[in-house]
This record gives sequence, structure tokens and C-alpha cells, in this order.
Amino acid sequence: MANGNAVNEKKEPFVRIIKCDNTPRWYAWSMRAVAIVFALLICAVVIVAITGLNPLEVYKAMFEGAFGTERRIWITLRDMMILLCVGIALAPAFKMKFWNIGAEGQILVGGCATAACMIYLDNVLPLPALFLVMALTSMAAGAVWGLIPAIFKAKLNTNETLFTLMMNYVAIQITSYCVALWENPYGSNTVGIINSQTKAGWFPTVFGQQYALNVMIVLTLALVMYIYLKHSKHGYEITVIGDSENTARYAGIDVAKVIVRTMLVSGAIAGLSGFIAVAGASHTISVNTAGGRGFTAIIVAWLAKFNTFTMIAISFLLVFLQQGACEIASRFNLNDYASQMITGIILFFILGSEFFINYRLVFRGKMSKEA
Amino acid sequence: MDSMISLIQAAIVFGTVIMLGATGEIIAEKAGSLNLGVPGIMYLGGIAGLVGVFFYESAAESPSKIVCILIALACSMTAAALGGFIYSLLTITLRANPQVTGLTLTIFGSGVANFFGGSLNKLAGGVGQISVATTSSAFRTMIPGLHDMGVVGQIFFSYGFLAYAAVIIAVLAQLYLSKTRQGLNLRAVGENPGTADATGINVIKYKYLATCIGAAISGLGGLYYVMDYTKGTWANDGTIEGLGWLAVALVIFATWRPKNAIWGSYLFGLLYWAYFYMSGLTRSSQELFKMLPYVVTIAVLIAISLRKKREDQPPAGLAVSYFREER
Amino acid sequence: MTSANAIELREISKHFGEVIANDKVSLEVKKGEILSLLGENGSGKTTLMNILSGIYYPDQGQILVNGKEVNIRNPKDAFDLGIGMIHQHFKLVDVFTAAENIILGLPGKMKLSMKRITEEINQLTLKYGFQLDPNKKIYDMSVSEKQTVEIVKMLYRGTNILILDEPTAVLTPQETTQLFDVLRNMRDDGKAVIIITHKLNEVLEISDRVSVLRKGVYIGTVDTKDATELSLTEMMVGKKVSLNIERAEPRDTKELLFVKDLTCMNKDGIKVLDHVSFTAFGGEILGIAGIAGSGQKELLESIAGLQNPLSGSSIRYLQKDEDAPQELVGKSAQQIKDMGVSLAFVPEDRLGMGLVGSLGMVGNMMLRSYKRGNSIFTERKAPRELAEEIRERLGVVTPSISTPVRKLSGGNVQKVLVGREISLKPRVLMTAYAVRGLDIHTSYTIYNLLSEEKKKGVAVIYVGEDLDVLLELCDRILVLCGGKVSGIVDARTTTKEEVGLLMTKNEKGGE
Repeated sequence: MANGNAVNEKKEPFVRIIKCDNTPRWYAWSMRAVAIVFALLICAVVIVAITGLNPLEVYKAMFEGAFGTERRIWITLRDMMILLCVGIALAPAFKMKFWNIGAEGQILVGGCATAACMIYLDNVLPLPALFLVMALTSMAAGAVWGLIPAIFKAKLNTNETLFTLMMNYVAIQITSYCVALWENPYGSNTVGIINSQTKAGWFPTVFGQQYALNVMIVLTLALVMYIYLKHSKHGYEITVIGDSENTARYAGIDVAKVIVRTMLVSGAIAGLSGFIAVAGASHTISVNTAGGRGFTAIIVAWLAKFNTFTMIAISFLLVFLQQGACEIASRFNLNDYASQMITGIILFFILGSEFFINYRLVFRGKMSKEA
Repeated sequence: MDSMISLIQAAIVFGTVIMLGATGEIIAEKAGSLNLGVPGIMYLGGIAGLVGVFFYESAAESPSKIVCILIALACSMTAAALGGFIYSLLTITLRANPQVTGLTLTIFGSGVANFFGGSLNKLAGGVGQISVATTSSAFRTMIPGLHDMGVVGQIFFSYGFLAYAAVIIAVLAQLYLSKTRQGLNLRAVGENPGTADATGINVIKYKYLATCIGAAISGLGGLYYVMDYTKGTWANDGTIEGLGWLAVALVIFATWRPKNAIWGSYLFGLLYWAYFYMSGLTRSSQELFKMLPYVVTIAVLIAISLRKKREDQPPAGLAVSYFREER
Repeated sequence: MTSANAIELREISKHFGEVIANDKVSLEVKKGEILSLLGENGSGKTTLMNILSGIYYPDQGQILVNGKEVNIRNPKDAFDLGIGMIHQHFKLVDVFTAAENIILGLPGKMKLSMKRITEEINQLTLKYGFQLDPNKKIYDMSVSEKQTVEIVKMLYRGTNILILDEPTAVLTPQETTQLFDVLRNMRDDGKAVIIITHKLNEVLEISDRVSVLRKGVYIGTVDTKDATELSLTEMMVGKKVSLNIERAEPRDTKELLFVKDLTCMNKDGIKVLDHVSFTAFGGEILGIAGIAGSGQKELLESIAGLQNPLSGSSIRYLQKDEDAPQELVGKSAQQIKDMGVSLAFVPEDRLGMGLVGSLGMVGNMMLRSYKRGNSIFTERKAPRELAEEIRERLGVVTPSISTPVRKLSGGNVQKVLVGREISLKPRVLMTAYAVRGLDIHTSYTIYNLLSEEKKKGVAVIYVGEDLDVLLELCDRILVLCGGKVSGIVDARTTTKEEVGLLMTKNEKGGE
């Protein structure tokens, strides 16, 4: 403690922040767990303050809302898969440090493309062909939506955060246009359930389960994306660019080409999520088809550090919260926006916890001891 | 003629919401905080003002209009500034990623606002919709004698006081940023925090204050929407979120200058409502018309990256975390 | 007005980890004088001045300003004491005008009256003889104008003690003359001026006294009138230290790389390489000496295909003995690789350019080889074996070969990088500051690796800063000065003084 230099000691700042690179994995995860516990405590306080109910009861109700019946479990799985799919779409872009805030729009144009195929081609093509065309057009639409900002980024270094953000709203208006165009019945301002009689273009039931195909597609994608990022040459280039563009150039990587290519993949998968959301879940299209998932998925991808398997856990947590909150809302006659509030609080805590994982605080006095 | 006047009126009302939102965000972004939580902050500002006066109006026998207005302003700005504070705490002190934090704030703000907006009456033991008639009419009070002055009165004087306040705030923000010492320091923080730090500017303090004060101003946009646009009621229809993103778009369109946000916001309003006054549009093609503000913003974004004029670029330190590193 | 020294440093020491940057340095600066602080790269000049300007806090020692002991914790404390420092990298906001930068962060009336401020600045510039338009934007300015802004910024703040770090490195001779006039005016005004430099002729021209540092230690101070270039060089480089680096006689040397009239501009449009010509031989180590920023980085990057040399430049490379040499200028790094050029490059910025910090040793081995084969997947077996081999052979200390290299110590990072590059079995091996920041043991590992490559017939190009090492490791030394080749000498017969003089040679009046 005594280093003899009184002047020095007095001047030392009260607290110093020290970066630590060698945080063990167990510490990081327990830090995040602590953050979630804190967040749930805060939420509990909020719930008690608002409803006067026992928070444990509320959490129990949430659990029942998400897993109470087999059907609820499947709904939870269905929503989770769509969110996960968007997260998978964003992973390569964000890993490359390309801020694709535009998944919302990429989902919507994918959804519109899917709905268009269902509406216009249901009598034209045989079912398997229709299915294939739906998937391909949705991916193409999403890819185009991702490609436009990517090209401008690669050529002119146009700010991609703002560009992709604006593309969302162009997509929303296109969706509104489509909704008005395909309105059914007239005057309802919705498209209604598409092909409700023929079910043409709907995901078929697999193993007697309506949503089993969704799960299969998305989990396959998760695996493929994991391998793509971890073991393919493309994935390697994405990692290098995300780490340092200078190193990428040193290694002879064509940075502009990789940016464009990666956004093509990212947009296409986001478009595919629109396909799953329309053909595999809602069977309709509206401006709410994306439902903010394009934004939530950014958080999923970011917190999972682009590991698609960790994403499964995080999207599960978020969808569980949403389903649970819907249940509380209907039970206690509140509205289900409570889930967004709770999601927000939990995410704040997880975001904040990263600091305590990556940095250590050293208070005055401790320093001289170590020195 | 009448339709022209009502178009202008609609554009100005619409524009006022996003002008406030954008002015606040410009202040934050000029200090380097890319706060993508603007929609959430506008939500917070809107709902807090509404809830505040809701309790006052239900409690008071005959609510005073002045008190109504003061309560609404105070609640709205405080809640919005708190939103800004959460953002600042996470991004500046705890070094969390700015974009992700901003998006989370939007989710949070929209959740809080729609939750309370939809459930408040139930929670307070009443039934039906919240309505704060007295406050809303106070917010919509026009200047006596001026608004019925024919066309001029209709175009210039048929709005509540916040519409004028928005312009004044934008003008003050412009003057503050370009003509004062603090404004200069604030811009330096957003451009080059390292240099600002070296000249003895307290970078952290500037970033916190700019983000929180900016948020308070953005929050007023939400309040104006609730009190004027929807006349003191609440609808869970996600409109504020759309307007919030439009405010972010307007920041780019205005090339980070509040003075441009003034006319830009009205232009956005005109573009947005133009379909309503165009003949021969079907309901579907109207929707395509509504994308004009965003398309124009994209065009501006491309134009500034093409022209590379230095003054039009985003602040160089935008969304870049700054720490005076340990060597 | 007391006769006390403007600045007095007593036994200042500063360590960075293992490295001792300043070891009990004492220094005095008088009012109304220009003091040159002279020393080689890494001699601790900049660290010492950074302590004075509040960037670093000393481990030990006292600082006296105007005879009073003071505590300088941050740049603001330094400002308050009237100490201002102009760094090599200017601290200016690009989109602001000169005047705006000058008043940045100063207290004063809320409302900015730019007209009055402009007048004040004009008075100041008139007094000291500057050329400056206060309303010009920084991004429109030349380097010399930016420097002027920095100096005026200091004067406007009432600086009495001005420190300039390598102020002439970026100036033309005419601009240098102007700067010196201004500095003399300041001196005559009673201010103390310290310039950090290693250009001897300028030291002799401008300063009243010269203090010399070498390897963190204070060597001494002389009056400029008693000094000559030779006496100062001797003080600066010291006696030759024997390092006992093993050096074999070059055998079977053959010309592998022909560089002719290589000219290169940097981003700001300044010529950083000016008609550089030389030939590198297989089987020898060609040292490149020069003050930091004399064009070393651009030279190596041009050869690696990472720069865009101006037309007229030529870099030809001999792939097979029987073929004619191939032209490399105008080709990208990838194209050069595709041509079959076996070129290895250890860049100065190890983690930012040579390695991927977030990947482990295996991932970094792949950087040069991942494109091999037609599979869409990366091949991991060979890189893993290579990583294991390098870890074994060079003794890389790492928890595992998949631990991100960012987490390794500097020496181990360099071993990974050099190990990978040598594993390419190159015909030309370029290294930039290969031993910077490394301990003695690791440094010798690197020297030995380079010598082995030389024995294999590789053309090794070694950019270095320590003259002792250059003299003992290399066969020939090319000296760069301001982007030009100021000489190519035989490392076995030359002296430190000769190289030192070539490094600081300043051609007056053009070619």
C-alpha cells in the first residue's frame, strides 16, 4: 500500500477502468446471468407497482403462456424460428461490421414476393414448383433490398446504417401498396388469409405438425450458417474484414466484392424469413409481418457474437418473454406491449453487463498495491 | 384553394412532430451520439405527458389549462430525458454498442408507451379510452383574433403553441450550435473527441448533456403528436414509431442543421400528405406516394456521399466510442 | 521577472511495462531560448515532452516551472502553466476554421464573436510574422498551414513554453525557413521553445543550446556555437555497441528485385517516395535505415502491391532464373500472388495489418493460404500443423493455438507473424521494424531467423531503427531521407556516424 509517494497517491483518480482480455467464459456467462436476474427483479418491481400482483404468480403465468399447452409450445417455437432466421440473416453482415439495420424491410419485401406468388401463381404452377418459386422470389427480393445499400457502401462509402434504415420504410410503403392492391374482402384494409380454401403455398404439415417444417428449415439454416461462417472461405474473408480491412487488403481480399456478396446472402436469408413468416405462419401479408423482428434480431445476433447456436438461446428467451407477456396481458386484462417493456429492460441489463465482462474497475488505493 | 390550405395545414402539423424529433436528434448526433432510440424517446415523451395530465385532470375539479400544459411539458421532457440518460449511461459510461442500444431503447419506449397507453384506464379503475380533453384543447388553443384572418390566418395562425415553439427551438438550436462557444465545443466533441479532450473540453459531460437535452426535445415531438394530432387520446397503432424514424431521416435530409430541419419537416409533411390531395390516385398508389420522404432522404444520403462536401457529412465521431485510452 | 529557468526537470523516469523510456533525465530550459532536444528514434524525447505536456504522468522525478515545483496531471494542467505542445499528429477539427480551432475549449462569453476573435488572431500573427487566414477550413490547408494553426492556438492560449515535436519533418525548405523566423520572434519575445528533432543542420541553425538523449538516458547539453554536426552525431549515436549478431558472408548472391524510379504519393498528395531505385540480392540482407516516416512503409507496401505508385515507377521481380523479370507495379496484392511471386511481408502494424487479432494461430496461418484448393471450405489440417510447428520451433507462448492472437504478448505476436511469413518459403522477405518492442531474447530469435533465410538465398529487406543492429545484421544498408535514397553503404565498413549523417542529410534548394 505504502509506496511512499504521497503526491502521486493523492492525484490518482478515484476509479480507473482497465480492459481485460482474458475473461474466462464461465465468468462472462455468469455475469450475463446476474444481469438477467437483476433485470427480472426490476421487472418484478414494475409489475407489482402496476398490477399489485405477486410477481411470482406473474412469472408463472408467463411460463404457462409460453408452454402451457402443446399448441402454445408450437406457437412459441414458430415465432422463435422466424426471429432466429432473421438473426441468422444478419450474422454475416454484422460479423463483417456492416450495419444492416434494414432486415425489417428485407423481410417485408420477401413476404410480399411470397404473397404475390401465392396470389398470382396458385392456379398456374403445380404445388412443388409454386413452393420453389415462392422461396426463390422471396430470397431474390430480400437480396435486392440488401444489395442496394451494399453497392453504395462498397463504391461510395455511403453510410449503411442510415441507408438500410431508410430502405425499411420504402419496403413498408411497398407492403402497404400490396395490401391495398390485394385487399380481401374489399374495404377491410387487410389481405386476409391467402388461399384459405386451397391452402396453395402454405407450408405442409410434417409429422402431423403445422410448424414442424419451419423448425426444420430454420435449424438447418442455423447449421449451414454456422458452417459457412466458421469453415468456408467466404466466412473466413468475412471474419478478416470484420477484424481489420487493412489485414484483408494485405491478404489480397477484394473488400468491396466481399461486402456486396455478403449483403446478398444476408438480404436473401432475411427475404427467406419473410417467406417463412407468410407461407409458414400467418398466411397473410401486412406491414406488421416483420413486426420489429428486423430490429430485435440485430440484438439477437449481436449478443450471440454471431454464433448461430447461441442465437437459438437468445431468440428463445425473447420469444418466451413475448408469449408470456401476452398471456399476462390477457389474464389480467392488460395489453401485451408489456412484453416489449420487459424485453427492453432485460436487453438494457445484458448490454450493460458486457462492460463488466470486458473491463475491471480498480478503485483508488488498490492500484498502488498492484504497482 | 381550400384543399391547398388544408394540405398546408396538414403538412405543418405533421412537420412539427418530426421537426421536434429531428432537432433533438441533431443535437445528440452533433455530439457524436447516434441515438437510434428516437422513436422510443418520442413514445416516452408522448405517453408521459398524457399520463401526467390524465391523473391531474381526473383528480382536479376544474383543471387549469396552464397547469395542464406545465404538467404535460414537465412529464414529457423528464421521461424523454430519462430515455436519453439510459442511452448515455449504456453507451458513454458502459461502452455498449450505440446502434444496438438505440434500437433497444426504441423497443423499450414503444413497449412502455403502448402498455400504459392501452392499459392506463383499466389500471386507474376506469373504462374506455384515456382522454384529456382540457389539456388537449389547451395545446390546440390558437392565437385569438389571428387564426380567423382569412387565408393568412388559416395558413399561419391555426396551430397550437407547440408548432411555433418547435420552430423557435430549432432556430435556437441552430444558433446554439453555430454561434456559441458551447455549441462549438459540442460540435468538436462529435467531430473529434480526442482533439476536444486535448483542449480541455469535458467530453463525457458534453455527450451526456447533449444526448439528454436532445432527447427531451425529441420527446416534445411525441407530446405534440398526442395532444394535437390525436387530440389527447392514445392509439396503439405504431404511428409514433414511423414518425420517429422519419425524424431520423430528416436529420440526414437536413444535413445535421436544425435550420434545414424546419423547412425539411414541412416538405416531408407535404410529400407525405400530397397523395390525399392528388386526384386520380387509387388507394394502393397512395401508399407508394407516402414513401417519398424516405426516397428523398436516400437520394440526399447518396448525394452527400457523392459530393463529399465536408460540411454535409455526418459528424466524424458519430457512433464512435471515445475513451482516453490507457497508453 | 525572475531569472529562474522556465522549465527544470529533475531525474524524471518513465517506464512502459518492461521498457524504460526515460531513465532519470534532468533538463533545464531557460526563458528566451530555443533548445533542441536531439536523439534517435526511441531515445525517449517524445515521452519526456509528453510528460511535460500532461499526456503521461512520470513514475518518478520532479518538474519545476518558473522555479516552482508543479504537478501536471493532464493537458489542461499544462495549459494552465503555460506549456503547450504541438504533436506530430495535429490535434485539429477538420471541418472547423482555423479561428474556431484556436478558441476551442477556451472559457469566454457565451456568444461567439468571430469578428473580434479573428482580429485578435490577426494581431497575433502580425506580431510573430505568420501567414494565416483565420477563416480558412482546416481540410483546405496544407500541412504547414495546419502547423501554423497549432502554433497560433498555443500562443492565443498564452503559452510561454512551446514544445514542437519534429516540426520540420513535413515542411518544405521554404516553409521551414518561415517557421524558424517565427520561432526566433517568439524567443526574442521571452518565450521558451523546445524543438524535438534529429536534423542536425536545423539544430545548428535554429537553437541556442542542444540537449541530447540516447536510449532514454540524458547524455548532455552543449551550446550550439560550440557544436558541429560531427560532435552532435557522436553524442546522439554513441560508441558502437557490439551485439554479436551472427552474420554469414553472402554467397551465391543474385539479383532478385529491381526497383527503379519508384515514386508514391500519400493520401494528402504529398510525395512520400521520390524516385527510389535499388536492387535487392538473394542471399543478402538489405537494411533500410531512415528517420521514422521517411518512406519506409510506402516502399515495402509498394512492393507488396498495397500502394499505387505513380507512372514511371518500376518494380521488377525475377521469378525463375531463366525468365525475364516481371513487372509488379500496377498489380494488386492478389494479382502479385497469382503470378506466383513468393513474397513475404512482415508489416509494421502487426495486429492491424499482418494478423487477424480475433483469430487464433491456426486462423492466422490460413491468412496466406486459405484460397488454396477448389473446395468452398477452408482447409484446416495444414494450418494447424503449421501452427503447432511454429509454436514448437519459435517457442510461442500461448494457452492454445486457437487462443486469439490479440491476447498474446507482443513478442509472441511477432513470432506468429514472422513464423508464418517464413513458412511461405519466400524468395523475397520484407520486414518492417521486426524487433520493435520485443525483449532481447526474442529479438535475437528474429535476427537468427532472418540470417537463416539469407543463407537459403532469400533476398531479405530489413527496415530497422536501431543503427547498431542494422550495422551488424545487414550486408548493405540503404538510407532513406525524405522519401529519397540518400545513400547505399556497405554495412561492414560503414560507421554509425556515416549512416546517421545520411539519415539527416537535408538537401537545400531542391535536388
